[in-house]
Amino acid sequence: MQFIEVSGQLINITLVFSTALIFAALGGMFSERSGVVNIGLEGLMVSGAFAAAVATDYATQAGLGSISPWIGLIAAAVFGVVFSLLHAVATITFKSDQTVVGVVINILALGTAIYFTRSLYDGSAQTSQLTEVFHKVAIPFLSEIPIIGEGIFRAYPTTYIVILLVIISYFVLFKTPFGLRLRAVGEHPSSADTVGISVTKYRYIGVMLSGALAGLGGATITLTTTSSFAHNTVSGQGFIALAALIFGKWNPLGLAGAAIFFGFAQALRNFAQLFDFSKQIPTEVFYMLPYVLTLIVLAAAVGRSSAPSALGQPYDPARR
Amino acid sequence: MWIPGDDECMDQSGAVVELKGITKRFPGLVANDSINFELKKGEVHALLGENGAGKSTLMNILFGLYQPDEGEIWINGEQTVIDGASKAIELGIGMVHQHFKLVQPFTVTENIVLGNEPKKGLKIDYKLANEKVKTISERYGLKVDPQMRVQDITVGMQQRVEILKTLYRGAEIVIFDEPTAVLTVQEIEELIEIIRNLAAEGKSIIIITHKLKEVMALANTVTVIRRGKVIRTVSTSETSERQLAELMVGRDVNFQVEKTKRPPGDIVLSVEGLQMKGDQGKMVLDGTSFKVRSGEIFGIAGVDGNGQSELIYAITGMRKVQDGQVSLNGNDITNDTPRKISTAGVGHIPEDRHKHGLVLDFKLSENMILNTYFKPEYGKSGLIDEKAMDSVTTRLVEEFDVRTSGIYTHARALSGGNQQKAIIARELNKDPDLIIAVQPTRGLDIGAIEFVHKRLMDARNEGKAVLLVSFELDELYALSDRIEVMYEGKLVGEVDADQRDDERLGLLMAGNTDHDGERS
Amino acid sequence: MEVIKKIFNEKRSLLVPVVSIVLGLLIGAIAMLAGGYNPILAYSSLFNRVIGSSYHMGETIRAITPLIFTGLAVAFAFRTGLFNIGVEGQFVMGMTGATLVGVLLDLPWYIHGPLAVITGAIFGGIWAGIVGYLKAKRGVNEVISSIMLNWTALYLANFIVSKFLTDPGQQKSRAIHESALMNIEWLVQLMDKARIHWGTFVALACVLIFYVILWRTKQGYELRAVGHNPDAALYAGMNVNRTIVKSMMISGVFAGLGGVFEVLGVFGNQTIMAASPGYGFDGIAVALLGGNTPVGVLLASILFGGLSYGSAGMSFGAGVPQEIIRIVIGSVIFFVAAHGIVKFILKPFMSKRAKRKEAA
Repeated sequence: MQFIEVSGQLINITLVFSTALIFAALGGMFSERSGVVNIGLEGLMVSGAFAAAVATDYATQAGLGSISPWIGLIAAAVFGVVFSLLHAVATITFKSDQTVVGVVINILALGTAIYFTRSLYDGSAQTSQLTEVFHKVAIPFLSEIPIIGEGIFRAYPTTYIVILLVIISYFVLFKTPFGLRLRAVGEHPSSADTVGISVTKYRYIGVMLSGALAGLGGATITLTTTSSFAHNTVSGQGFIALAALIFGKWNPLGLAGAAIFFGFAQALRNFAQLFDFSKQIPTEVFYMLPYVLTLIVLAAAVGRSSAPSALGQPYDPARR
Repeated sequence: MWIPGDDECMDQSGAVVELKGITKRFPGLVANDSINFELKKGEVHALLGENGAGKSTLMNILFGLYQPDEGEIWINGEQTVIDGASKAIELGIGMVHQHFKLVQPFTVTENIVLGNEPKKGLKIDYKLANEKVKTISERYGLKVDPQMRVQDITVGMQQRVEILKTLYRGAEIVIFDEPTAVLTVQEIEELIEIIRNLAAEGKSIIIITHKLKEVMALANTVTVIRRGKVIRTVSTSETSERQLAELMVGRDVNFQVEKTKRPPGDIVLSVEGLQMKGDQGKMVLDGTSFKVRSGEIFGIAGVDGNGQSELIYAITGMRKVQDGQVSLNGNDITNDTPRKISTAGVGHIPEDRHKHGLVLDFKLSENMILNTYFKPEYGKSGLIDEKAMDSVTTRLVEEFDVRTSGIYTHARALSGGNQQKAIIARELNKDPDLIIAVQPTRGLDIGAIEFVHKRLMDARNEGKAVLLVSFELDELYALSDRIEVMYEGKLVGEVDADQRDDERLGLLMAGNTDHDGERS
Repeated sequence: MEVIKKIFNEKRSLLVPVVSIVLGLLIGAIAMLAGGYNPILAYSSLFNRVIGSSYHMGETIRAITPLIFTGLAVAFAFRTGLFNIGVEGQFVMGMTGATLVGVLLDLPWYIHGPLAVITGAIFGGIWAGIVGYLKAKRGVNEVISSIMLNWTALYLANFIVSKFLTDPGQQKSRAIHESALMNIEWLVQLMDKARIHWGTFVALACVLIFYVILWRTKQGYELRAVGHNPDAALYAGMNVNRTIVKSMMISGVFAGLGGVFEVLGVFGNQTIMAASPGYGFDGIAVALLGGNTPVGVLLASILFGGLSYGSAGMSFGAGVPQEIIRIVIGSVIFFVAAHGIVKFILKPFMSKRAKRKEAA
């Protein structure tokens, strides 16, 4: 049956695209739960995607073989943290406008990544094609199940990692002292401050986590989808992840669900040529689809009542 | 956790807190000017002063939220530097803030243990936390429901949660910042009881307040602060309200504006059965009805959050009502636009002058035409006639004695009192038939309060209808011809404006008969 | 010293932008050193290209022009409290509107040109209006919706161009009719074929219009009131939602005009784009550096336009990838946005000078 095969593949590709979105959205969650809007998610993904491409390439050349993509993954997280620190210093320590700084991070990250791509690859605007990237791992027995076996249990390691991270994030956020304090800082910073919780410290941690996770999200795109880095490797996924965060009500499970929906919209593009009816539709429509769908979903989602109360406000103890 | 020890830690004077020569400067003002202050073990010590006198600054220094520019802090006979709230907590100091420091979506327990959570493995041990909360709350008679979310409990209970937070952390010194500002009469009585209990248990208490009655009812000792300086420290048994008032303000004060009896005129505002749905789907206005006549001040009393703000939004058109009718001079203005209602003859002195009353980053002159700029006198061709704007501002600044460095000064740079004067000038200049004043003296010093009261009374005497919403009972009684109490979206009863009866008023404010002040 | 102190304390001081520019250039230099290039050679070849010949000067003006439009667009929305990062998409829609009219219609020049300009401006305005509408009516964060509409605009424009305006096998639209073109032929000849067009003059006029609308009209009074304090605007009887939509539309018209003149004045056709042209994002940089004031925007576009155009000189003269200029611009606006950092960096320097003065 073609239907079964195609559904399996569709689920599979949906998960590939969703993985990057979930990483980034989880990152956004830690930042925004601490009260810092992170519009810079896109830029953090860019820096991760770039770092992953370069580090994996160099590791491969150094003869590290199949370990290389893992090194790329670590490099991406580190690079993401470095860029997120710019955000943190500007918005937390110097109390600058969070949205503006986020946009600046996006511009800066892309410029830096392309510049160093050109310097490292002899003026080419693209890193060389990676030979060592992640491969899908089939889980024994489970991958034999029709449709979902193909769809879910033959996935890239990054997908398994992100599923694990969603569960861990949920636990951390809602069950541990760290999570309680992080949420307190995002809801009502002065109440945290007056019981001796450092608002600055928790916000730095939140923003740095967003750098690491968004970096991993960017790396996922490089290491599972494009196998190289160029200016369009990350094309709006950071913002779609933000939309998933909002639509998922700042909850790890909710945002994962929303991200899978948006990943599905991206995956549809790959199936446009498969059916007669969809061949009639111009390809541009499929390219537009994820963005238009995101817009529609945001417009349909009711209000922002579940956003952390102190989201976007720098904490100034003198104005308590 | 370190619990402050007994008497051996203290110096001979028995002082648990000694502040010596504390000075704190902010840009353009000295908030504390070499202040000396001493708190003895087991006493209730009031810190009395007007708004802006520097009481809160001093206590924020003691609680480690500000650092003093000069001076020493001695706790239990040892000089210390309190460089943050956690240090203060470690020293056994707790603070119950005026604006509660509570995380609304968290439970009572979560709020209490926040920052000091009992753990089981990596997880928070909620069972143990709930038990601990229960134990302390029973010991001090502070009734709370540990599992409830703070957003769902009464203001009185929220305050008890704040007190529990300090006790959970082992506080021996508890600072209360304006603790009665948001409470009903019954809740205030409960609070007084709680504070006496705490003192009896050996806790030392500081109460920051500007209310003389509270000082007399609660405190053993009172320190009066004026303009950042300590004026005097006296025992409450050796002073009187009258004397304290004079010390606080620096001159003999006459609290009462003259209220001459005059017969009310025609009905100006009529409100009939207003219904408004709130954000959470609850009815925030639930059949509110009343009338205001020309030449009278109609006061609405009640605890904050019983629909007063929404009522004003409904009358002024800032929010739509689902049902009911508002008429002005007999004309239906229900759900009209704010502009239509304003031009029909309504002046509005809003509750929050920074949120609604002014555009702080606009020049004073721009603020003076905020709700009249569209009129032809400020330009006919779509351009703004700046000359007209400036001349009206110059006139009003003069007439209402707005102290400003110029009409092009940004509203942000004005003091609270002068900002309020500017708003009142603007609203009265529209020559409205109805003046709505919501909390018109909040945060003002005595001089400004007198000014505001006088202007409202003048307007009433000129035959305007005045609708006054206030949480300050003194203000309501001083000005109103009639007073009704608002509770849960409707007016629940009238009290005599000439014969003050706090008991009855308190019952009405708490939803009539329920004696423990609890609202379900 | 007093004067310097005053500038330092002044809210709208020139010090922060100037120091930010210096710091941005410094960081660019560090990045060049990190990449193994000679920053001094690079910056001098940048400068030489910009003022090298009348052709290059003309082309620099050509590069500055769209930045004035997009900078004004971002700044205008900012004044109403909105962050329009959708200028990019509105710019593309402006291009598309102008191309549609320019290619498909054939009219006398005095109708064709203006019609193409107006159509493009309206396209931009409507595209921005959608953002305003979603914000006002549905509470959708304008930043996210703008970004989504940027991508949508890119693919929509490509679709329109490839479907209706292109001959088979081509990657760009048919040429726009002469009657709709906006180049100034005698100036083009005078400046060695540098592509000078009427858009530059329209941009300068827009600088003035920006000022008049915001600070001289009642409409502008409303827009600014909503920007500073929407709650007070509501209290004052202004229609906040309508004002938001209006402000976005005006902003979008500025953005659209930028796109219009790129098509009608510079290229004479529209290509099928792999990525959007980027002027919108530079507009954010321009607005930030220019402090959202009309004159500031003009000065900032001259700087960034000059840098961008000159950056090609860096790759010829010093072999530096021209993206280095993205790092420079990014750093400059980072410091402008986080001006606290600039003041922090300056503080020891300032007080040292103050002390030296005291000692003397």
